[in-house]
Amino acid sequence: MQGLTGREGTFHAKAAAAYGTKVVGGVTPGKGGTTHEGWPVFNTVHDAMRETGANASVIFVPPPFAADAIMEATDAAIPLAVCITEGIPTIDMLKVMTFMDGKQTRLIGPNCPGVITAGQAKAGIIPGHICKEGRVGIVSKSGTLTYEAIHQLTRQGMGQTTCIGIGGDPLIGTSFIDALTLFAADPETDAVIMIGEIGGTAEQEAAAFIKQSFGKPVVGFIAGQTAPPGRRMGHAGAIIAGGQGTAAEKMEALAAAGVHVVKSPADMGAKMREALGR
Amino acid sequence: MKIHEYQAKSVLARFGVPVPRGEVATTPAEAVEVAKRLGGDISVVKAQIHAGGRGKGGGVKVAKSLAEVEPLAKQIIGMTLVTHQTGPDGKKVGRVLVEEGLQIDRELYLSIVIDRAAACPVVIASAAGGMDIEEVAASEPEKILREYIDPGTGIVPFQARKLAFGIGLTGPAVNKLVKVLDSVYASFIQTDASMIEINPLILTKAGDLLALDAKIAFDDNAMYRHPDLRDLRDTTEEDPLEVEASKFSLNYIRLDGNIGCMVNGAGLAMATMDIIKLAGGEPANFLDVGGGANAEQIRNAFRILMADRNVKAVLINIFGGILRCDVLAQGVIAAVKELGVPVPIVIRMEGTNVEEGKRLLKESALNFTTADSMGEAAERVVALATGQKS
Repeated sequence: MQGLTGREGTFHAKAAAAYGTKVVGGVTPGKGGTTHEGWPVFNTVHDAMRETGANASVIFVPPPFAADAIMEATDAAIPLAVCITEGIPTIDMLKVMTFMDGKQTRLIGPNCPGVITAGQAKAGIIPGHICKEGRVGIVSKSGTLTYEAIHQLTRQGMGQTTCIGIGGDPLIGTSFIDALTLFAADPETDAVIMIGEIGGTAEQEAAAFIKQSFGKPVVGFIAGQTAPPGRRMGHAGAIIAGGQGTAAEKMEALAAAGVHVVKSPADMGAKMREALGR
Repeated sequence: MKIHEYQAKSVLARFGVPVPRGEVATTPAEAVEVAKRLGGDISVVKAQIHAGGRGKGGGVKVAKSLAEVEPLAKQIIGMTLVTHQTGPDGKKVGRVLVEEGLQIDRELYLSIVIDRAAACPVVIASAAGGMDIEEVAASEPEKILREYIDPGTGIVPFQARKLAFGIGLTGPAVNKLVKVLDSVYASFIQTDASMIEINPLILTKAGDLLALDAKIAFDDNAMYRHPDLRDLRDTTEEDPLEVEASKFSLNYIRLDGNIGCMVNGAGLAMATMDIIKLAGGEPANFLDVGGGANAEQIRNAFRILMADRNVKAVLINIFGGILRCDVLAQGVIAAVKELGVPVPIVIRMEGTNVEEGKRLLKESALNFTTADSMGEAAERVVALATGQKS
């Protein structure tokens, strides 16, 4: 946990540990050598990895320092870095993306709820108690809408394999296509719920990918069907610019790729049941 | 964050982008003073509002002599300017930019934005300047040129030359564009801009390149490190309720409908607007109280929501993750007790501590309608807003 000693970091480290995640320590520069809530604290990610063998880092560092934290994790070659922080300047993320190019760390986020594998472990803030072990994967730009999808699946008795919140910023580490590639290779995932929103063209790119090479059923929802153009809807990336990035064009692209697109966010679970013929 | 044209030009000038000489004026008399200082016969009077399409709306006029400046300024200052970007109500003009008139040979287009898919800045240039670039993109896409910039090197001269030749520049103008692009790129990176658009960039008959119009939008997330730029914010250009909401870190956008919404999380907030519309209603706003809202923020959110007189019913849709349902319930109960809410309220909550939250709502004996799912909540609130029995 980078930023373990902060309020959010502490809260979610405990929640993750309670869910069964092996939390091995934290990084807070200047507090190395101390312990926090029983966990060892290190000055650098390098130190933490050497001493604990950590294979993933969850980043709870405030926005002005978060890009630095991601690059430090990357430099230490940690396999997975999950950045929860919301509000990182885009120019900082530009540096991060350039820095990470060709390196082995996978970044999820920023501005995301992280990832959870139902009944096993989580790296992030998705509430564990709403999840249920099952065979459906979720990939989403939105945090609370991910929870909504999880809840609907659980209610429908289907449950989840892994849920990945990829984040609502313009520049993110793991894309829809990256997540879908992982789900394609996961024998325990039978189908995927994909939740997009207005802004950018990531959903259209995912649609092309699904059409070409994704064999499992996908249920899709796009948030922001009623959003006015030119306004930023909360997420830094959620903006319809120059008539581009509308929900309608995304829904059309997904439907054309064979995705079961729902208009109502209340229908994600029921549509998945239908798609799986259960 | 958007700024005015005159502010954008002064930011660009700071980085060495050539702009016409000019000053801002808030009265016709001041406008005349500016025109006198500029000298020359011809000057241009331009309304300063945060919206495009000002020329077509009658907000940009050319004064062919000094005598024409005052009546034109009188006409523009105080007028309500309606353009395709202001909405039907238009925007009141508080000030004008008075600039020197120039002999224009060609009008070009230049902009920089971040390309999300390529994860780098992209410079867009076109020979078809002075027009709506979206129209050019739709009708003559071949006229739009793009250069993707490696953030490590910044814009390299050969890229700038490619664009210069591509938009038909020749002779000394080519190297002038290289210099302009270098300055525009530097201002983009150093001011944390999310968009810079110069439309038109003009080539004068004397062979100079100048930014005749300029728009800049800054990345809100980066404004903490630019206090000087933050000061350029003009809150009179924004909706007063949106300004108020921003003081409490609430993401609020006012819309035209009559169903107020309060939601945690941007995606769920957009989805809630969508489901209201699907149920036959119209959302009055977008409001994301954030993942970690406390009772005080809920109270403020409620106050802002209810200040919109169009609101006939309220839908609260919360999926408790970090934000606990009992905390939400306490905030809502306190707000209703304090502010008195004269419209029906439908509450749908789920997630962390939902049972405790529901118990608090029930025990408050206040008249809330509860719903178990988003679909049910939307149907109920629409029925209540339109006065039907739910």
